[in-house]
Amino acid sequence: MVHGEAWTVKELFVYPNEYIYWTIQIVMYPFLTGLVAGAFVLSSLYHVFGVKQLKEIARFSLVFSFALLPCAPMPLLLHLQQPLRNHHVLMTPHFTSAIAAFGIVFITYGMIVASELWFVYRGHFVATVHVLREKRDRTLQETGLMRLYSLLVLGAWDVSHHALEQDEKGVKVLAGVGIPVACFLHGYAGFIFGSVKANALWMTPLMPVIFICSAVVSGIALCILTYIATMEIRKLMAAWRRRENPALPSPTDLGGVEENVVRMTSRYLVMFLILAITLELLDLIFRGYTAVKSWDILRSVIYGKDFTAIFVLQYGLGNLVPFVLFLLPGLTVRRAVVGTILVLFGVFMMRWNVVIGGQAFSASFAGFMHYHLPIWPHDFETFKEGLFGALAVGAVPFVFFVILARIFPVFGQRDSH
Amino acid sequence: MDRREFLKRSMLVVAGLAVPAAALELIDPERLLAARPELRWAFLVDAYACVGCGFCVKACKLENEVPYDANVSRTWVERYVVKRDGSVLIDSPRAARDGFTTGKIELGEGKYAEVPAGEIEKSFFVPKLCNQCENPPCVQVCPVGATYQTADGVVLVDRKWCIGCGYCIMGCPYGVRFFHPVHHVAEKCNFCYHRISRGMKSACVDACPFGARKIGNLRDPDDPVTKTVLAGRVGILKEEYGTKPQVYYVGLTREVR
Repeated sequence: MVHGEAWTVKELFVYPNEYIYWTIQIVMYPFLTGLVAGAFVLSSLYHVFGVKQLKEIARFSLVFSFALLPCAPMPLLLHLQQPLRNHHVLMTPHFTSAIAAFGIVFITYGMIVASELWFVYRGHFVATVHVLREKRDRTLQETGLMRLYSLLVLGAWDVSHHALEQDEKGVKVLAGVGIPVACFLHGYAGFIFGSVKANALWMTPLMPVIFICSAVVSGIALCILTYIATMEIRKLMAAWRRRENPALPSPTDLGGVEENVVRMTSRYLVMFLILAITLELLDLIFRGYTAVKSWDILRSVIYGKDFTAIFVLQYGLGNLVPFVLFLLPGLTVRRAVVGTILVLFGVFMMRWNVVIGGQAFSASFAGFMHYHLPIWPHDFETFKEGLFGALAVGAVPFVFFVILARIFPVFGQRDSH
Repeated sequence: MDRREFLKRSMLVVAGLAVPAAALELIDPERLLAARPELRWAFLVDAYACVGCGFCVKACKLENEVPYDANVSRTWVERYVVKRDGSVLIDSPRAARDGFTTGKIELGEGKYAEVPAGEIEKSFFVPKLCNQCENPPCVQVCPVGATYQTADGVVLVDRKWCIGCGYCIMGCPYGVRFFHPVHHVAEKCNFCYHRISRGMKSACVDACPFGARKIGNLRDPDDPVTKTVLAGRVGILKEEYGTKPQVYYVGLTREVR
């Protein structure tokens, strides 16, 4: 069986070599890079533009963005037919290819986020090392943390007021530089699709811009959702631990989800949501208005074959419903949870409709192809290009976040930047 | 040092410098494989002559080791049936590897259509293969340069470098590319480069009993293919993409996709 045959169903005339080659992993790729970029933009809103209300979530989203970062290339790697040759893209880049830019942009962005994290947490590292060094009965974990922090300090032990101020300046500069790089990271993911002239649905210069806007939307939504979830889990864990040791701080002492943080962040979410939907609709209207040769087949896919996926699931359930939920007065945390889940679903469906929808019609403009998502895998290929492969990729950032949050504490650091 | 000695030593120095300079020159596969400016391969397909026997597809699969039963092919033949009401039915069952053995038109999803002879306005066959574009989008998008164009215009894939991302497959407006089922790298027609570079014809040209496929050199004004391309009424596929295909068709109609 050739690659793609297991999940592609052909209808009417399709060229013999055509199959759905870019599957759910390529849906996951822009979805994950979007989350990376969006989470970073959210953290920068505080650092660069001084939106004070976002202070609490800024540090959180920066660490989360860093946790998401190594996961962005994972779907690409899983999708490659020759995954062991992935380093060829970095070692022998062919610069007329949009994919070849990946390594450069990705590494640049990674370095910016890592440096920003360092400036944010350097003071904390130094302080913790000093405290732990003086402690006599250190646990193994504390010794490990002390050694790790000593390494991470990179010899910069100065925590004078002036030095910390310099750190703060560094954070501001890096966050400022990071915004265009984050946008470029995701914009070029859009460019990968937008520059494929052979594909009538993808071929639009608006693609990178649409991708950036929806990236910010999804990044903010995931940060709100994870912020709420983490705070709640923290409270639950505190209550559970307190049963055994009543001396520990109570859940109320720890503080729960700050409603004003959620409200303020949601406002930015709605702003970017409006921008994303406007651009997507503009693209749709423009295509219909100009009605070039490909419009006949595009129309039959958009209004016919993919109507439910585009208008019901993406625009309806993923955009309109959360839009109403966020705009109704008196936003509660519970309503924000439902809204953000729906927004994330909407952005995922947008990626799906671009990637899978773009391959739903033959280059012959005479036939159609349908992607039947492999659910239960019967070999490695149907695993990685199917539901469980995507779920595995989607779960990894949270594992990274749990590990990273132990090194870079995201809560209880109200006094730092 | 006399003049003779000076000249001898100078030549030695120059020669010594020239050796590492030559050794440092990077090997360019385009130049290595085809550095002949008097050569530009092109293909001529005569849609009037094709009867849809599929011998070309069969020969191609055997010659180029594309698994015989795999549902992909470097070349294929399309059948067009234009009805009196203007509607067009197209099919290419198994890339027409076994020819068109039935009058039923394949509609996909296991469905077939039978068109009564009285309803048929015209019908014809169109062979397809890689267009070896002058401006190949597959070469442009390959992130590692595994797909490259030789100086004589043929686009080749280096199986050792291809990472299998599929970007070239997405970039080709003609749908000629696929993943090789055995090697798991991008695969396509290369005009049987291993044959034509040794003075032979491509396997499909040799296999065609009706002369519907011809390969030639566009830089040779006496080549029959060049003569037809220059003087005949020939067409190319999907000109609007700006890829400048080098497969020319005689008898191309507006129905052809």
